[in-house]
Amino acid sequence: MYHFEKVESKIDRATLIDALQGIVSGESVLFEEEDLRPYECDGLSVYRALPLAVVLPKTIEQVQAILSLCHQYHVPVVARGAGTGLSGGALPHEQGVLLSLAKFKKIIHIDPKRRIAKVQPGVLNLEISQAADPYGLYYAPDPSSQIACTIGGNVAENSGGVHCLKYGLTVHNIQQLKIITIEGELLTIGGSGLDSAGYDLLALMTGSEGMLGVIVEVTVKLLPKPDRAQVLLAAFDDVAKAGEAVGNIIAAGIIPAGLEMMDKLAVRAAEDFAHAGYPLEAAAILLCELDGTNEEVSEHVLKVREVLKHSGATEVRTAKDDAERLVFWKGRKAAFPAVGRMSPDYYCMDGTIPRKQLPRVLQTITDLSKKYDLRVANVFHAGDGNLHPLILYDANVPGELARTEEFGGKILELCVEVGGTITGEHGVGMEKINQMCVQFNSIELNQFHAVKAAFDPQGLLNPGKAVPTLHRCAEFGAMHVHNGKLPFPELERF
Amino acid sequence: MNTDTSQQLQQQILDAFEHAIALRIVGGNSKAFYGRAVSGEALNVAEHRGILNYEPTELVITARAGTPLNEIEKILDAKGQMLPFEPPAFATTATIGGTIACNFSGPRRAYAGAARDYLLGCKIINGKGEILSFGGEVMKNVAGYDVSRLMAGAVGTLGVLLEVSLKVLPKSEMEATRVLHCSNVEALEKMHVWSQTALPISATCFDNTSLRVRLSGAAKAVDAAINAIGGEDMDNASRYWMDLKEQRLDFFKTEKPLWRIAHASDIEPLPLEGEYLYEWGGALRWLKSDASAEFIQNTVAAADGHASLFRHTQQQGLFQPLTPGLMRIHKNLKQAFDPKNILNPGKLYPEL
Ligand SMILES: Cc1cc2nc3c(=O)[nH]c(=O)nc-3n(C[C@H](O)[C@H](O)[C@H](O)COP(=O)(O)OP(=O)(O)OC[C@H]3O[C@@H](n4cnc5c(N)ncnc54)[C@H](O)[C@@H]3O)c2cc1C
Repeated sequence: MYHFEKVESKIDRATLIDALQGIVSGESVLFEEEDLRPYECDGLSVYRALPLAVVLPKTIEQVQAILSLCHQYHVPVVARGAGTGLSGGALPHEQGVLLSLAKFKKIIHIDPKRRIAKVQPGVLNLEISQAADPYGLYYAPDPSSQIACTIGGNVAENSGGVHCLKYGLTVHNIQQLKIITIEGELLTIGGSGLDSAGYDLLALMTGSEGMLGVIVEVTVKLLPKPDRAQVLLAAFDDVAKAGEAVGNIIAAGIIPAGLEMMDKLAVRAAEDFAHAGYPLEAAAILLCELDGTNEEVSEHVLKVREVLKHSGATEVRTAKDDAERLVFWKGRKAAFPAVGRMSPDYYCMDGTIPRKQLPRVLQTITDLSKKYDLRVANVFHAGDGNLHPLILYDANVPGELARTEEFGGKILELCVEVGGTITGEHGVGMEKINQMCVQFNSIELNQFHAVKAAFDPQGLLNPGKAVPTLHRCAEFGAMHVHNGKLPFPELERF
Repeated sequence: MNTDTSQQLQQQILDAFEHAIALRIVGGNSKAFYGRAVSGEALNVAEHRGILNYEPTELVITARAGTPLNEIEKILDAKGQMLPFEPPAFATTATIGGTIACNFSGPRRAYAGAARDYLLGCKIINGKGEILSFGGEVMKNVAGYDVSRLMAGAVGTLGVLLEVSLKVLPKSEMEATRVLHCSNVEALEKMHVWSQTALPISATCFDNTSLRVRLSGAAKAVDAAINAIGGEDMDNASRYWMDLKEQRLDFFKTEKPLWRIAHASDIEPLPLEGEYLYEWGGALRWLKSDASAEFIQNTVAAADGHASLFRHTQQQGLFQPLTPGLMRIHKNLKQAFDPKNILNPGKLYPEL
């Protein structure tokens, strides 16, 4: 359930399209319905809308001109990378322009000495590592969608991947951005060194979901490829034991490059899909990747084996070579589509919890799964507590999507209740806008709105996303009474 | 010692807001030299102290802002963990709040990340006296704008830190330091060759004659790296890195203005008169120089970097001027958090 923030634009559609065609060549402005359709949603396809027009600029000057035009005539602008987002962040605004960065595809340069790559925002995540490969370097954040998602989208979502426990999120791996403000002004944020003067606007831009500015250039940090990576697979007959094993590895002083968990249903789906040889009888499996120098990895593999066995693993396997390592990972990396094959539709949730709460959270999810009569497969970035419950449903069964959304909402609220957050890496977008009212109180939300206004006082960039209005929360609160208290007592009820 | 003075702090800010009284935020007063002088009523945060949560296996610690930095380091050390950004204290009174507000990071910064990289969440009081929480105690959190990290380096001008949550890491199993004798150009060259490999380097420093390299990691990895890097073993190395971090080396004993220059690591030595010390693989360079601020900042800006007058006995601190576009955003943000301009006004820039 969602509704748009209505705006009063000072231009009609035909004039707007004309004006856009004055900025970019004719074929770079789309306005016929069949041309707009491919842009109607992002990876969260339950929300769809058509914009007034789609525009595909290819120079910074064109983006500046488009934004100042929209600013002048009060037209909403939604930026879009590859549209793989899972929270409806790139969902078009019905009264607005969809600004696609798809033509910004250039890797401007790679500097192996400085270990950076300067790229345009439409470059795909994986393309950066491929271009850096001849220098023995790579870009660390590796979302599972890395073959399809853009670096601009990664910055806008602060995307993570299976390696972020050790190597950090997007925010830890970028150095400089060029952005265009809604007024059309070009700003350079961050620097060519390790820090820059003034406030940390680089952090503020990262994860800002297209609400503060349009990113037109990104300088990422590159890392030397580790000499060696080795992966262990451990099976457990109890999910809680697997969770404990994660804590024990860390307590042993080891930070694995990746530490992933899958529950029984996810293991079964992944195995059917990837034939990775996963133990199907296990209640949960852990994949633990260790990387570094040759010597370090040998030492850590022995230690982690010990820890896993001590933690009650029923089986521990070490990939015998790189080919087997990739097979072990293949199942995990394909977990979403694999689960997708078990059911007509699935809904991917994205909460983060303190790891010690895992048994409680999984138990509650199991209970809710029974209550809502919907199956759930759990895929878990176990190292950093980021849980992806995948709810299986069928959109063609009347009422099933609504039940799924309610169930999903409950999971997110549970994450907040145990001290976590409603989103670890997929962003709030349109999807989790209501749950923002659970995680933040009205003065915090107002502070967010004030931050937004510091960049975009008229609220034209991606309106209605990421941060709910207080009225929206009051409306949501009327349906949803938290701990017996209304969350926004100061607001009148609808 | 464990005390919660958040109510008093909030009350003082509410009063200051009502009467538009400037506040000078004081933690342990260990970094009073940093930034521009602030005139205002003191707001003492040091009594708001105590560790609220430390879970070694969750890799997170939460403490009130006034908690002494050394208290935090001690409790982490007992569990074999550390603050990976190796913050300087500059005095035993240093608090964790002041450390984060200044975003101060030590020798490990180039290899492990800065204070801001380990900040997971914080509770603040803004300039209207409102208590707000952002981020949290979990590793990944993208709900709302990253206001926590915005606080790191804002030196209190956007909010008074009440609590911070930080990611911590295990200490390395082994550490060794190698010394190599070479020129500045050779030192830069070597550091860049190493930085393109997976060697477990955790700190570098060049002082005009000697390049010191610290290696941290699994014992076997450190041994292998010693062979790869060569040089001589250094006695008393941990003392040396401590003195570098705390600016107690002879280099720092000076009456001259001390400039902090940050730019890309491979920039050739800039034509600025004075004595240098390089850290962070060349990305941070300390300069003792009598050259004019304008000349230094222009020269560094031409190299796409920034220079700040870090410490001086007579003058107040001075940061690299911002472009008009960035200054406009900075002013808007200041307005968004502190509309009456009462929190450390002018500490960073006269306009903020
Ligand atoms: C199968 C699958 C697996 C996934 N796995 C992961 C994962 O492991 N980790 C993870 O973090 N995410 C994952 N995602 C989510 C998604 O891929 C990421 O959020 C990604 O960063 C989105 O990039 P995009 O280019 O598709 O952005 P879009 O979906 O086009 O846009 C995302 C948001 O960014 C904004 N935006 C895009 N480009 C710009 C720009 N240049 N300037 C300003 N704002 C901009 C949009 O307005 C929108 O709000 C997965 C998605 C799928 C479908």
